Amino acid sequence: MSEASNDATQEISLNSAGARPLFQLSLMGKVGAGILLFWIIVALVGPYVAPFHPADFASDDSFGPVSAKYLLGTDYIGRDILSRLLHGARLTMALSFTATVLAFVVGISLGFTAALAGGWVDMVISRIYDAFLSMPTIMLGLVVIAALGSSIPVLIITAGLIYSCGLYRIARALAIEIKVMDFVEAARARGERLPWIISREILPNAVIPLVSEFGLRLVFSILFISGLSFLGLGVQPPTADWGVMVRENLGGLVYGSSAAFVPAAAIASLTIGINLIVDDFSAQRGQEIAEEMI
Amino acid sequence: MESLLRVENLRVEAKVAPERYAAIVKDVSFSIAPGEVLALIGESGSGKTTVALSALGYSRPGCRIASGRIFLDGTDVLTLDRETLRKLRGRRVSYLAQSAAATFNPALTIGEQVTESAVLHGVMDREAADARAVDLYRRLDLPDAENLGRRYPHQVSGGQLQRLMAAMALCSGPELMVLDEPTTALDVTTQIEVLGAFKDIIRDQQTAAIYVTHDLAVVAQVADRILVLRGGDVMEIGDTAQILNQPANEYTRKLMAAIRPPPSATGGDLDAEDAAQRQPPVIQVKDVTAGYGRVTNGKPATTVLRDVNATVNDRSVLGVIGESGCGKSTLARVIAGLLPAAKGELFLDDHKLEERLADRSLEELQRVQIVFQMADVALNPRQRIGDIVGRPLELYMGLKGARRDERVAELLAMVELPGSFSSRYPEELSGGQKQRVNLARALAANPDIILADEVTSALDTIVGAAVIDLLKGLRERLGVSYMFISHDLSTVASFADRIMVLYAGRVVEDGPTHSILGLPSHPYTQLLLSSVPELRQGWLEDVMKTRAALAGIARAVEITEVGCPFYPRCPIAIDGVCDTRTAPYREPVPGHRIACHRELTELAEFEQEF
Repeated sequence: MSEASNDATQEISLNSAGARPLFQLSLMGKVGAGILLFWIIVALVGPYVAPFHPADFASDDSFGPVSAKYLLGTDYIGRDILSRLLHGARLTMALSFTATVLAFVVGISLGFTAALAGGWVDMVISRIYDAFLSMPTIMLGLVVIAALGSSIPVLIITAGLIYSCGLYRIARALAIEIKVMDFVEAARARGERLPWIISREILPNAVIPLVSEFGLRLVFSILFISGLSFLGLGVQPPTADWGVMVRENLGGLVYGSSAAFVPAAAIASLTIGINLIVDDFSAQRGQEIAEEMI
Repeated sequence: MESLLRVENLRVEAKVAPERYAAIVKDVSFSIAPGEVLALIGESGSGKTTVALSALGYSRPGCRIASGRIFLDGTDVLTLDRETLRKLRGRRVSYLAQSAAATFNPALTIGEQVTESAVLHGVMDREAADARAVDLYRRLDLPDAENLGRRYPHQVSGGQLQRLMAAMALCSGPELMVLDEPTTALDVTTQIEVLGAFKDIIRDQQTAAIYVTHDLAVVAQVADRILVLRGGDVMEIGDTAQILNQPANEYTRKLMAAIRPPPSATGGDLDAEDAAQRQPPVIQVKDVTAGYGRVTNGKPATTVLRDVNATVNDRSVLGVIGESGCGKSTLARVIAGLLPAAKGELFLDDHKLEERLADRSLEELQRVQIVFQMADVALNPRQRIGDIVGRPLELYMGLKGARRDERVAELLAMVELPGSFSSRYPEELSGGQKQRVNLARALAANPDIILADEVTSALDTIVGAAVIDLLKGLRERLGVSYMFISHDLSTVASFADRIMVLYAGRVVEDGPTHSILGLPSHPYTQLLLSSVPELRQGWLEDVMKTRAALAGIARAVEITEVGCPFYPRCPIAIDGVCDTRTAPYREPVPGHRIACHRELTELAEFEQEF
């Protein structure tokens, strides 16, 4: 498209550009943000407002019904589900958040290093990651945990490393695209060192695609950690974790108890909430990019 | 004569915010008769492309045709439904875009793409379309017309692709053709061929055309009438001769004034030029060979520069000229240290400059600064102007805080930008403003030499002229030297003390500007000189007439191992000599060298004919 058009629209849009907020959520995005905010608050204050200790056998009833005392009923050995859910929120979210941050730090630093160094460095890192990527994630997790035993650090590191594969690929591709831009060449010619080029020239230009990626990876690691816990390989009973809670109370489904359903619904609502925000964000970025291209 | 296209009171608006529109074309009216060429000229942002596209009943996404009527042969195209409009486009009206490389699909053959529209619209069947395409290739002077359709886009040169785009637009036999800056991206030598081909074919086919460009000299060659646009308003409309000779409008006169006269030996300040030749060298390039890929025995896998020698004197300007792909930018990258040379040496003042960036000292880096061609990508979109310009100050001089900000304001003032710009982001600036920031960043380092790579090429004539004036002023005030790289000989000639002509990675000629322009020169330099369009009607015909006698000019550039690189295209090449032996240097005056097998007298004779 001709230069003329770009300039014309650019000049006109100048005045409006300053006032526009960076990112405005649509209705679905707001719903997602509401859900996420709700769970964050639960994770922060939940343990303090929980009516019972999560490990207390609060009731004599197993799979006790919903009542004024036990707002969400009791589980297979009579513990209060609400209390366990409130405690579990903190653990589940903290675990997956930490794992995602780890995946980001590892994936992005290796990805950027590989892209900028090139040559054999790129070759070695990429082939190692290819080997990782060729294995199904759950199976890889199973093998690691079977070998090292299950503890919270092992869980975080396993999930973090597994999800750093995808991030490595994305970060490397982004950096390869950005590093050939003239402003990076200009920085090199000026004599800037690698850390400066990565942190000041490349990273700010990669932030937006990486933000939506963060949301997606967070969802994956929530599902992954809950999945491991459900299989009995993640967080170990009696610690309250949503995945653990689903597994423990699975038997109750036969008796029509909602004990397994409640934590499952919590997992679903949290992941859906995050997904709604990510979708909204990507859709808006997509539209902006489309508009820029026109 | 009955008009083919009549545009009445056209108004086009662009969306600036939800439900808010601003006019980008205001009340434009004109008409075109069959076979007539109307040129739309103006700076970027003047709305020329928008007006041209409206003739197809098209407005770009985010824009709308707010009011006005557009009659094509009596029908108002704005009242047509989608389907009728689709049939109209490509069959009766066709569009030829600026970049041929972006228009052709690399995965399909040329023939499929040239005939696609005609076959799709049912104008003719495939066989007839193929036959017509071959006929068009011949008329456009394309080589090997019979087999050309079976080739892929990457197998032909840029100039050929541009002509093939014309074949694509003409295949269905449209009554009106819209050409959007069709030669802007081409080298001067290629531009001539393409312009000549366009002009002939428009005349043969009696096609009416809207020709969009910002280059008045090009317009003078092809247009019957000219419409001058500025900010969406019509400034002036009239016959080409009238606009060129007696422009009535103030703005048209300003446009004409911004055009640099074709290079001639009489212009320029001879004393200043001579003084510049006597200055000590700042940068010397000695026998540099460079390229891309693995280096074996001092030879890279792909050689771009071969045995290049160059010198930039203190407080002077070396102009480096040549067509795209000749290695101009590579030379700048080698000097800046971005691309280590495979062979050869670099000197800063009189000490050796290391090839690799990592081996150079901070002081050496500071003294040599590079300014890239595309300000759009040379400025980090996520950094504020203040940080972009301020970074060299921090890095080289350790300036921080208020002292840094003060200096940034001074630098911005130096490039004639307001200090308030320091808090803006690059995307909030126009093309010319970005180029000034790009320059301010180089100046911040307080360099001895600036490597300016095509810094005006992406800018309009008026904006480009202002940037050149700025460069000149900075040289006077700060004593900075430039290596000024360009494919535009007029710009280089108006600015440089010395000119170096590169062809296929080799220096074919270098010397003081007035000497290059005045004395006999290398056949390639002569070709370049005579290819700069002149602002007079009939220039193209004159040039084409002389060119017709000189066979072989249109051949593609080949990077050769032995002999003279220009041999395949040289009209006065000596077979068996020029293609096998490296050309000796002829020296018409001290400091002026021409790499040619022909004697100086022979070159002078040839120059007369040319």
